[in-house]
Amino acid sequence: MEKSLYISPSPHIHGGDSISKNMYGVLIALIPAFLVSLYYFGLGALIVTLVSVVSCVLFEYLIQKFIMKKEPTICDGSAILTGVLLAFNVPSNLPVWIIMLGALFAIGVAKMSFGGLGNNIFNPALAGRAFLLISFPAQMTTWPLVDATSAFPLTYTDAETGATVLSLLNEGVKELPSYTSLLIGNHGGSLGEVSAIALLLGFAYMLWKKIITWHVPVTIILTVFAFTGIMHLVNPETYASPFLHILSGGLMLGAIFMATDYVTSPMTKKGMVIYAIGIGLLTSIIRLFGSYPEGMSFAILIMNSLTPLINAYVKPKHFGEK
Amino acid sequence: MLKTFRIGGIHPPENKLSAGKKITALAAPKQVIIPLSQHIGAPAQAVVKKGDVVKVGTLLAKAGGFVSANIHSSVSGKVNKIDNALDTSGYRRPAIYIDVEGDEWEESIDRSDTLVKECNLSSKEIIDKIAAAGVVGMGGATFPTQVKLLPPPGNKAEIVIVNAVECEPYLTADHELMLEKGEQILVGVTLLMKAANVNKAVIGIENNKPDAIAHMTKLASAYPGIEVMPLKVKYPQGGEKQLIDAVTSRQVKSGALPISVGAIVQNVGTVYAVYEAVQKNKPLFERVVTVTGKAVKNPSNFLVRIGTPISNLIEAAGGLPENTGKIIGGGPMMGKALVSAEVPVGKGSSGVLLMTEVESVRKPMHDCIRCAKCVSVCPMGLNPAFLMRSTVYQKWDLAEEDHIQDCIECGSCSYTCPANRPLLDHIRIGKAKVLGIIRSRKS
Repeated sequence: MEKSLYISPSPHIHGGDSISKNMYGVLIALIPAFLVSLYYFGLGALIVTLVSVVSCVLFEYLIQKFIMKKEPTICDGSAILTGVLLAFNVPSNLPVWIIMLGALFAIGVAKMSFGGLGNNIFNPALAGRAFLLISFPAQMTTWPLVDATSAFPLTYTDAETGATVLSLLNEGVKELPSYTSLLIGNHGGSLGEVSAIALLLGFAYMLWKKIITWHVPVTIILTVFAFTGIMHLVNPETYASPFLHILSGGLMLGAIFMATDYVTSPMTKKGMVIYAIGIGLLTSIIRLFGSYPEGMSFAILIMNSLTPLINAYVKPKHFGEK
Repeated sequence: MLKTFRIGGIHPPENKLSAGKKITALAAPKQVIIPLSQHIGAPAQAVVKKGDVVKVGTLLAKAGGFVSANIHSSVSGKVNKIDNALDTSGYRRPAIYIDVEGDEWEESIDRSDTLVKECNLSSKEIIDKIAAAGVVGMGGATFPTQVKLLPPPGNKAEIVIVNAVECEPYLTADHELMLEKGEQILVGVTLLMKAANVNKAVIGIENNKPDAIAHMTKLASAYPGIEVMPLKVKYPQGGEKQLIDAVTSRQVKSGALPISVGAIVQNVGTVYAVYEAVQKNKPLFERVVTVTGKAVKNPSNFLVRIGTPISNLIEAAGGLPENTGKIIGGGPMMGKALVSAEVPVGKGSSGVLLMTEVESVRKPMHDCIRCAKCVSVCPMGLNPAFLMRSTVYQKWDLAEEDHIQDCIECGSCSYTCPANRPLLDHIRIGKAKVLGIIRSRKS
């Protein structure tokens, strides 16, 4: 019976969950939105997404290998996810070199300089987007018009451009796309944000797979709905309907996929709700009173920076506590 | 809706490979090693010496304090020596070695199978008999049973809860015991009710044992005050505080005892031992042990004399598989990895689990991604990721403030962590350190 045995403390079994399972799970949940963007934006959507993903993975590999000098972890899927989310937050006619710069900022500055996955304060994809929005305001705010005549249009940078619902609102234009268009994605906007239905499908998948909980997305949407709803009741002439607000811009994409980023959102349910209310309020305030038509990404980034504070003060309800 | 505890919990694969296997008595080995510390509290004091002749059931060692337990011989034969021996804890601690000769039992023990229902003893007499028989919690915690039955002043027991949950994967000893000794267990429950002076008892059984629920429910109808309660399958429902929450919807406060909410919890194996002690004059010297594992030829439930080397049990279940990487005393969630197959079975040994090499190796750990899955599964409502961080950075005040002492070491956090972080390993270290600080503050 003499045999060398493994000795380790309990538990002796593991549930089999892994970082990559969660990352690839989110990527699967993004498929419907990606298909919609391919349908409406065609070649442009494909090129932007591919370039973004490849650059993110490549920068992560190079930085880990040659600067951090450790085993690259590109297979965990987090760099791919950052790439896809960055692409989803930009117009589908964005030039390749600008996307690559955005990827470099997202991975190099927002993620790796803090120590890599798990140590970053800000959502890397959103930090990348904010960087691009400030650096290239013109390119980042001219969206290609949806070509409703053909599926998968073969246009990229030569696409006709137009405005998003929110920029139309900001300029006081009254003729807006219908709610049906907003639901299915038949309107201008960043690559991945146009179809509310496709994004909600992804939300349902992530809830089913227990990748995320409902707290952050639902609270954000409810907060924005309540705030813009009250303002709409006060003055329907100036302020648009709350339904328009929750269906337009990056709200769904942000609430479901960006604000729920594990690393940069709070750990307790109570903390998540506080964080989400903050995002909802900031988004509404920027949209209604700010000069930017879209407030989602800045709202999330600001609340990201408050997450460590929320984590430190909002503790889970412990057993036996009244 | 089935009841269960309200905070956290996980559902690991059940793997009850030995379910439905009848309990078979294992013959006594050539030599038994009976440790003097088979319970929480002070070690027992030996009352025999080298060369003494003992029978099955002879007192070997007396309880060494209020929280301690008597220890009896599980075999007949001669005391070979009293010496340190490696036990299931992994430490070398004093134990009595007995060379086995024949199988002669103390005359006072009733060896017949007849069910003895009547009991005319008073509460105190029952408790004294339980203490004399050395009964301890057999679910694994091995807390001396008589101590639980004597509530501290100011507390009053209202309900006896029988822990028949067996939420650890693989283990089936309690399940099988209920199917085969149901009546005895129910008599045992009435004894505990009498001892604790309560008129209500609940037997909590998880819903993955429908045969045991049906059997016990049928039998319990003849016993007033005893209810069988099926519970939703969720780990760690067998945790004392979790079971009380599931059954009574009352939560024991941080640092308080179950009696503070009027509950006395006893494992179903312990209840059977109480029956044997009180009605059959039989001290606790044998118990049911599950021997199991994916590579084990015949996963089994054995009735084993305390002190039998684990290797004997493994042989009886078809031998040690070639690819064994780890031998666990207990279940996979809370059991201890054994350093050798030669350690003896103790009063708290509920199972022997053999894991293959592949199952034994931990996966590499990554940085915490703050997914908060550990927070949502923690049955005590703690933040395991932060407790680990506080331990790593030696922030003991923060760990204490975050209730590190409340951790029941169920392992749900480490089991769930997608980054394979050894959360519980660190929390254990932190707990020990913080406990030391709290104690030094008091003195």
